Amino acid sequence: MSLSAYLTLAAVVFCIGLFGTMTRRNTVGILLGIELMLNAVNINFVAFSRFRGIETGMVFTLFAICITVAEVALGLAIVILLFRTRRTASADHVDWLKG
Amino acid sequence: MTSGPLTFALAALLLPAASFLVIGLLPPLRRSGRPAAFFSIACALGAFISAIVAWNAVEDLSVVRVPWLPGVHGPFATVGILVDPQSASMLLLVTLVSLLVQIYSAGYLHDEPKPALGRYYAFQSLFAFSMMGVVLAPNLLQLFVCWELVGVCSFLLIGFWYRKPEAARAALKAFWITKAGDVGLLIGIVMLHRAAGSFDLLQLRFLADNGRIPLEGLGLITFCLYLGAMGKSAQFPLHIWLPDAMEGPTPVSALIHAATMVTAGVYLLTRLDWLFVLTPGVLAIVAWNGAFTALLAAILACVQTDIKRVLAYSTVSQLGYMMAAIGAGFASAGFLHLLTHGVFKALLFLGAGAIIHAVHTNEITAMGGLGRRMPHTLVVFLIGTLSLAGVPLFAGFVSKEEVLAAVWTGHFVVPFVMLLVAAFLTAFYMFRVVFLVFFADRRPRSEARRPTIPDPVLAEVGRRSSVVEHAHDPSAVMILPLWVLALIAMTIGIFFTMRPPEAEFHAPSWAAPLAVAVALSGILLAWLTYQRGLVSADTLASIFAPIRYAALKRFWLDDLFLAVYRGVLLAFSRVVGWVDRYLVDGVLNVVSAWTLDGGDGLRRIQTGKVQDYVFALGFGLLALIVWMGVSW
Repeated sequence: MSLSAYLTLAAVVFCIGLFGTMTRRNTVGILLGIELMLNAVNINFVAFSRFRGIETGMVFTLFAICITVAEVALGLAIVILLFRTRRTASADHVDWLKG
Repeated sequence: MTSGPLTFALAALLLPAASFLVIGLLPPLRRSGRPAAFFSIACALGAFISAIVAWNAVEDLSVVRVPWLPGVHGPFATVGILVDPQSASMLLLVTLVSLLVQIYSAGYLHDEPKPALGRYYAFQSLFAFSMMGVVLAPNLLQLFVCWELVGVCSFLLIGFWYRKPEAARAALKAFWITKAGDVGLLIGIVMLHRAAGSFDLLQLRFLADNGRIPLEGLGLITFCLYLGAMGKSAQFPLHIWLPDAMEGPTPVSALIHAATMVTAGVYLLTRLDWLFVLTPGVLAIVAWNGAFTALLAAILACVQTDIKRVLAYSTVSQLGYMMAAIGAGFASAGFLHLLTHGVFKALLFLGAGAIIHAVHTNEITAMGGLGRRMPHTLVVFLIGTLSLAGVPLFAGFVSKEEVLAAVWTGHFVVPFVMLLVAAFLTAFYMFRVVFLVFFADRRPRSEARRPTIPDPVLAEVGRRSSVVEHAHDPSAVMILPLWVLALIAMTIGIFFTMRPPEAEFHAPSWAAPLAVAVALSGILLAWLTYQRGLVSADTLASIFAPIRYAALKRFWLDDLFLAVYRGVLLAFSRVVGWVDRYLVDGVLNVVSAWTLDGGDGLRRIQTGKVQDYVFALGFGLLALIVWMGVSW
């Protein structure tokens, strides 16, 4: 398989993630979308690393996964707090910063 | 022994400064009152001794300069001191008078609260320092700085009883009127620097003597400098602050009138006479205005009933004499009169202070017959009066005669006549004071006006009889400075009468007898009017009714200033205020309103919803990619 196949896959995954982030009403869904976008990037890293023979990309991917875990934990914590205080998990109802 | 005078002059300059700083920066000392006074007097004594040594040691001219402001070719301005016979004698006068005034004040302000006394002595020290700074300044910039300090000190001391509205007003008036002249001085100094390229007196003198100062436009420069002197030395029409300055404590008046403040203007012109000689037109203005001021103030002094105001107008008058001599081109005669006048005017003011201290009123009509009760005061006041009147053997005689001769030699005939009339009036109004205060005591009580309260501390005003009955000579601490000044005045007078100073001109032989005759006739008229009652004062008043009326109205000068202030200055301020309020502020208000509206409109794009921001982010990214692709 060529590099472009991997890149195409990554682009598709990224677009799905972006679409989910933009359209999902549920905050958990938005978080999932963000995860997809991050992993699309990871695919890019790994693919380039593999085809160019540079290990740096792999290392970056490991770092990215670690950070993603932390980010998801944080995001879920926000969602839980939001649900506890507002009794809702819908992003539409969270507009207190409206100008 | 070249550095000797410099060292001692510097010591004389810095001792009062140190005294001011110590008293000012140590609140416990300042609030303790008497110790602060003793400290300040000790410093003044040290300064006086240093000044004597410097005066003795001074031979020619010695100067020390330290760079102050850096410039392209050498320092732009320097600070330092310049000692020559002229500044050394002036230094002697300033330190002498300030020392005696400080000693005298210890008695005069005995009842002041302690913190006020400390404040008073701090200002006194600063005053002495600033005046010495003017005297010793080797360049015009330093002179101007000290000149302004003198103005501030006069403001602080005239307004010493600042709770009294008249005193606060008088202090402001003195400050602003002299400030009007000071603006002229500053402009003159800057223009002189542009024309000649230096502030330094010695360099300027060198340039002037070699004719390297462009004469074109110099008249304007010297006139501006004269404006400064006009304000400080109370020349017409800027003399109106001086009589009001009487609201301060009497020792302060003595200091202002004798040694510091008013002498500064005359001293400045004496210092710069080589520059003024280049502009004879301005010198003529100086002479004419001086003579006019002398006559005007003498007329005004004749109708005053407040003893301090009489003395104040006599100071204005004598300053006119000095200016007239300088204007006639003989600055040395004016300077000599400045020195002798400093001594006997301090004597007169301190004597008046002793009288006021004893009778608690300023009105001479409320006094009378004080001679028997205050013999010391009578003798010293008489010595001062005779000096001022220009009677031979007394201090003012030779200097006044020199001034008259100088004006005559300078071919100023009309000013000469004005000065003669002023001399007659001087003798008349001074002896009017002497007779009314010390001798005449036979007028009915009803004629005496109700005495006004001069000072808040000197409250307790009784009826005239009790006022006079309880009068007595003041304590030794006040009498001592009076006698010192009286003896100095006598010594100077006898010395100069025996050996007249060598003048640069030949006085006509009839000048001295004429001056004496004029003075004696003035005394005679006062004696006939106020002692013998042979000439009725009312008759005199009715003969000169129009002049008397005008003089009582102060020749409407104060009204004129007030009208200018109200009519021109306030109207102009109102216009400026309107422009500021509606034009300047209007532009700013419009701009701020636009900003507010714009912000209000832009506010609406902030929906607060996360996904709208993600949309914006996504489209922004897309736009970026497209743009990069296109530009590639």
